Amino acid sequence: MNIINVKINEKNCQIANGKKLAEIIAEFKPDANLFIVNGFPQTPDYQIYEGDLIVLIKKGEVPSSDEMAALLAARQTPGVTEQLRQSVVGIAGVGGLGSNVAMSLARCGVGELILVDYDVVEPSNLNRQAYFVEQIGQPKVLAMRDILLKCNPYVKITVHLAVLSPPLVETIFNRADVVVEAFDVPETKAMLLNSMRKFLPNKPGVFASGLAGDGVASLITTRKVYHNIYLVGDSVSEAAPNIGLMAPRVTLAAGMQANAVLRILQGKDVVE
Amino acid sequence: MRIRINGENREIPSAINLLHLLEKELKLEPLRVAVELNRLIVSREDYKKTIVNENDELEIVHFVGGG
Repeated sequence: MNIINVKINEKNCQIANGKKLAEIIAEFKPDANLFIVNGFPQTPDYQIYEGDLIVLIKKGEVPSSDEMAALLAARQTPGVTEQLRQSVVGIAGVGGLGSNVAMSLARCGVGELILVDYDVVEPSNLNRQAYFVEQIGQPKVLAMRDILLKCNPYVKITVHLAVLSPPLVETIFNRADVVVEAFDVPETKAMLLNSMRKFLPNKPGVFASGLAGDGVASLITTRKVYHNIYLVGDSVSEAAPNIGLMAPRVTLAAGMQANAVLRILQGKDVVE
Repeated sequence: MRIRINGENREIPSAINLLHLLEKELKLEPLRVAVELNRLIVSREDYKKTIVNENDELEIVHFVGGG
């Protein structure tokens, strides 16, 4: 009989060729009611192929610890999680941009996030930043670590409660594969770019500028500005009197920064 | 003389330094930019002594606040 290799809830299994998903469900998890194959939900009549990544979930059931990682990653594009697990991403500032970039990248399963911020959570952060009311007063890097580990306990979170200075840019981010600029103040954004070009000239960086207010969403773009350096934003929408910072555009820009990181880490082109 | 800034031609007075170009011609705050001159980053402390020459190519990243 012809045997094929598949993974069922992260375990390598050998099964007879020609089986339908229904037979796998009956054998391995009869009470499952959500069946994901290669990152996509399937029906029991799905024909199993060599190399299929099968995840069987019973909705509402908390998975055992040995299955948890696979089940959390079941809807990821196959192969991406394994690649990201080896990656380190530095995030400079965990405010409106950085907290939301960190959430995205932790959910994707980036292996390690290095968070840098000197500030504490305060009430005016909560209209756009990923924190909770109960965290007001906590250092942002510690509050962020708590939230991220609740979403994905398999990510390593390294925190620096510090003001980022040019010398620290080199020491803290030297081992990062990509650095995300997520500051608020334009002089600090420029400081990071200048410091990276000087001390870490080949390090990929994803910066942001121009995301205040409620301008048309599609004006926010990702463009390449220098070798390995990308800029997300509309370049002009500046936080100013009567132009606030609000969740939709800030999280949009953060999502685009995180997507740029995801592409860089996989060796894909960031812009067309 | 003609230079290129972010891919576009621009006429500027000859023999000016980079600091003058940023502040007076482009009305940009020097502490809010990064500048590559012919694909090499220019350190902030060198803006004043860096003379901009005909046909130079500048890539200027200017940041606005918000995050």
